[in-house]
Amino acid sequence: MSELSPQKSVRKVEFRGGGFAPRSYRWVGSIVFIVLIALAEIGTQTGFITSLTLPKPSDVFQTFRELFESGLLFKHMVPSLTRLAVGATIGAIVGIGVGVLIGLFSLVRAGLVPLVAAIFPIPKIALLPLFVIWFGIDEGSKYALIAFGTFTPTVVATYGAVDNVDRTLIRMGQSFGLSWLSIVRKIVLPGAMPGILSGLRISLAIAIILLVAAEMLGAQYGIGAYILEAGALYDLERLFAGVVILSLLGVVVNSVITAVERHLLGWRV
Amino acid sequence: MDIHLSAVSHSYGNTEILRDISLDIPSGQIVCIVGPSGCGKSTLLRLIGGLERPTSGEILQSSAPPPNCLNPLTYVFQDFALLPWRSVAGNISLVLEDHGIKGAEARKIIDDVLARTKLSDFANALPKQLSGGMKQRVAIARALAVNPAVMLMDEPLSALDSQTRELLIDDLVSLWSRQPFTAVYVTHNLAEAVRLGHSIVVLSRRPGRIREIVTLDKPLTERAYGDTDLDQQQRHLWNLMRDEARAADAELINV
Repeated sequence: MSELSPQKSVRKVEFRGGGFAPRSYRWVGSIVFIVLIALAEIGTQTGFITSLTLPKPSDVFQTFRELFESGLLFKHMVPSLTRLAVGATIGAIVGIGVGVLIGLFSLVRAGLVPLVAAIFPIPKIALLPLFVIWFGIDEGSKYALIAFGTFTPTVVATYGAVDNVDRTLIRMGQSFGLSWLSIVRKIVLPGAMPGILSGLRISLAIAIILLVAAEMLGAQYGIGAYILEAGALYDLERLFAGVVILSLLGVVVNSVITAVERHLLGWRV
Repeated sequence: MDIHLSAVSHSYGNTEILRDISLDIPSGQIVCIVGPSGCGKSTLLRLIGGLERPTSGEILQSSAPPPNCLNPLTYVFQDFALLPWRSVAGNISLVLEDHGIKGAEARKIIDDVLARTKLSDFANALPKQLSGGMKQRVAIARALAVNPAVMLMDEPLSALDSQTRELLIDDLVSLWSRQPFTAVYVTHNLAEAVRLGHSIVVLSRRPGRIREIVTLDKPLTERAYGDTDLDQQQRHLWNLMRDEARAADAELINV
């Protein structure tokens, strides 16, 4: 340092690192919601936004309360949630099963991957009339539609996840003489779990979309039926109340998966 | 349990990897295999352990493995191969479960091998919490748990920094001196080879052939970092390998 002569300009090394690292801001998400709703409320109260463009958030909330107090909320929610639970469970279980089989057996892969690729892009809602004939006009066709819609993305996510299991771990299992079943149960399935769960996140969102679609096409009760009815009457408050329920449903499903991930995948680095 | 390789050759398609390897691995000794990169060291180890079939030649094991041996040929991998979702104890119990060893019996084995690898305090830790050196000690503990007749070690210290490597060499020496085990130890690090090997097999570059087998008589416990006679041996090994290593480095990889 003593060699630093005064005429040489001395400056600090500029910092240019940082950024590109995700940080968690806990309340920002909620604040964005609150600000947007507050803006809509102020806009509709002052008349800047006409009531034909957007209903008042407070009116929507009022409608929601009436819906709750009249007991109609449960009359719509219970069948919807049942359909979602039954359909998505069937779809996810069959999807994970088929996905694992594709991941494990080359013959199954050769046979089924093209088939899955062929049915993945079909808008499942287009098949509803067919499902009505196959499974009946009642709940059966709705279960089938939701299950079918959940099935394809789950299959694709699952076999991708099985493919991504660290081969060295499988080789380790073989080198210790573990049975085939043990390797699948103790190495392949836990190793594929992160991919399966992130696949479920997408599949369940698709399940909610299909639930509404199925209910719009033919159901007396259910959130989809409620929204369709409100839309037909141009009752924006009720329409929005229904949409809010769907959004909440999405948030709940997502946080359930996050909780399951935190519980099952605590080992991840 | 001794292992004999007689005229083992191996190729992948048209690429010849190993040519005419004949080798004896005597019981209770550590045989190091060194050679330039891509000379088929790891392939040879996979052949010995039965993870691959040689194209020609035979690999024989003579005499039965010890009676309480669960997995005669047991690997220790370079990248540890620990299940990240299982604790240290869980990773060891994994290899016992398939042999029907559970509960108190498993607990006893796990406690014993963890004590031998100085990991007793970390039984419930997850692999992500451990340093590289500790992870490899867990892998060694797991290998010891099945009471192997022969340990097949595939560059077990190569993923570690040089200080940790030095510590683990000492650990391996003390493990061996308390209870001698048979091991085939593949490495590209000549310093490790002269510290741990009772004999050192030098392979040529691809196709790998045995160039020389160097036998070291000095007991493992008396070898130390920077011993002059070991340095001499290491220099001799390096002289054997230098040209081969340079040629191997300049090769294009066509796989």
